[in-house]
Amino acid sequence: MASSNNYLFFLGCAIPYRVSSYEVSSRKILAYFGIEIVEMPEFNCCGLPLDAIDHEVMLLLAAKNLAHAEQQGSNILTLCTGCAGTLKKVNKLLKEDNTLRQHVNEHLKEVNLEFKGTTETKHLLQFLKENIGIDKIKAAVTKPLTNLTVAEHTGCHLLRPKQFNNFDDPENPQILKMLINATGATCLEYVDETECCGAPSAGINDKFALQLARDKLDHIKAVQAQALITICPFCHIMYDTNEMRIAKLYNETYDIPILHYPQLLGLALGLKPDELAFNDLKVDPKKLLEQIINP
Amino acid sequence: MTESSNICSQTCLENQSIKTSEIDSQFKYELVKLSGSENFLKCFQCGTCTSDCPIARYSDNYRPRTLIRMATLGLKNRVLNNDTLWLCAACFKCSDRCPQGIEVASVIRVFRNLAIDTGCIPQVFKDQIGAIFDSGYAYKIPESRIKKRETQNLPPLPKCNTENLYRLLKNTKMFKKIQLYGEVPNGLKQ
Repeated sequence: MASSNNYLFFLGCAIPYRVSSYEVSSRKILAYFGIEIVEMPEFNCCGLPLDAIDHEVMLLLAAKNLAHAEQQGSNILTLCTGCAGTLKKVNKLLKEDNTLRQHVNEHLKEVNLEFKGTTETKHLLQFLKENIGIDKIKAAVTKPLTNLTVAEHTGCHLLRPKQFNNFDDPENPQILKMLINATGATCLEYVDETECCGAPSAGINDKFALQLARDKLDHIKAVQAQALITICPFCHIMYDTNEMRIAKLYNETYDIPILHYPQLLGLALGLKPDELAFNDLKVDPKKLLEQIINP
Repeated sequence: MTESSNICSQTCLENQSIKTSEIDSQFKYELVKLSGSENFLKCFQCGTCTSDCPIARYSDNYRPRTLIRMATLGLKNRVLNNDTLWLCAACFKCSDRCPQGIEVASVIRVFRNLAIDTGCIPQVFKDQIGAIFDSGYAYKIPESRIKKRETQNLPPLPKCNTENLYRLLKNTKMFKKIQLYGEVPNGLKQ
């Protein structure tokens, strides 16, 4: 296994395409804890979107990324739950199935790469818990967000299918809640916490996608959450970009800001909203920020 | 059936009675050989997959249990020429909760992989295939975004060697079928 402190930063496609606020805020908090970030030497899509078209293409795209990391003697740190789920899954499948590994390596030979199974992929959530530690995060908080009550949305691909998730309970996920509590904020419980955000249906049936996002917003509104905390670019787009559209479509009012977890943590660490790209959010976080800064 | 913008030319046959002539008795044996649907014949039709499915909650037509039953019966054409296949959100609840240990979402994925033979796939996938062959990224990242990275003090995006991608994927089924999907991605016009 690659040395545990050596991580390549796997950005994925959705973040540079639409959600740079997640990247900005993540890099800020990782730097705060002195984590050195190394960029991928070469990159391609993790493969997830093309699994629907050709499973083999997904395996090859993921394996190529894993093999690049292996060549560098590094592990992978991702911000996207889709990338994390895919890279973890393919890593496990190829490590455990010799026939499949040989098959994939036949293809990888074409590009002078080989999958050996010497790297590990972690999503930011797992990295924060295991490589930094909740206690250390709690101790670093200088501006505890004690007057804030929020809801969490961990999303699907980090937790399910369960055989590829080695760190949290897919039916009752706890890690994001623990990380939220570490900032001093209170994390509320609500109906259908583990329900899908709807993002994978966008572009195929937008109505279903928006209905799923609406359900979530209704459920967190019912418990009076002041913000929803996400850890995935797709979930964030579903709620932040679409909140106003959903409100209009279903004649509702929400005004619930959708924050990336690193933005929440950043505030608790005393970083300024500007440094954490709060001005990139579609749902105006001004009222929330005023309340945090001048309680 | 307009829930997935009429991807296939064929309309939904679910409500028409089954004719023996449309049964392909070999279909289930094809499926048990494929990774993801190996054990789908263990399905005893309890319906846990459908009752836990967030899409089935809103869709009048998408029912994973029904798709699996149709496959068991050999109704290959009804399963593969079926717009509802593309509605699965891949949340994997069905896979995690199936009491028979069937990875239901993977079975649906196998159906989709077989359905690409018809060339009938949603536009969103065609766009992603094109973008990946052009740049390695699943979306065409606008120039404005790349410029904005500088003002946000973000490093340049990692590059993809698209020639390597071409070499890596040239023997896959997707690559061979790509002509069926309409316009050939720019990255492949060489």
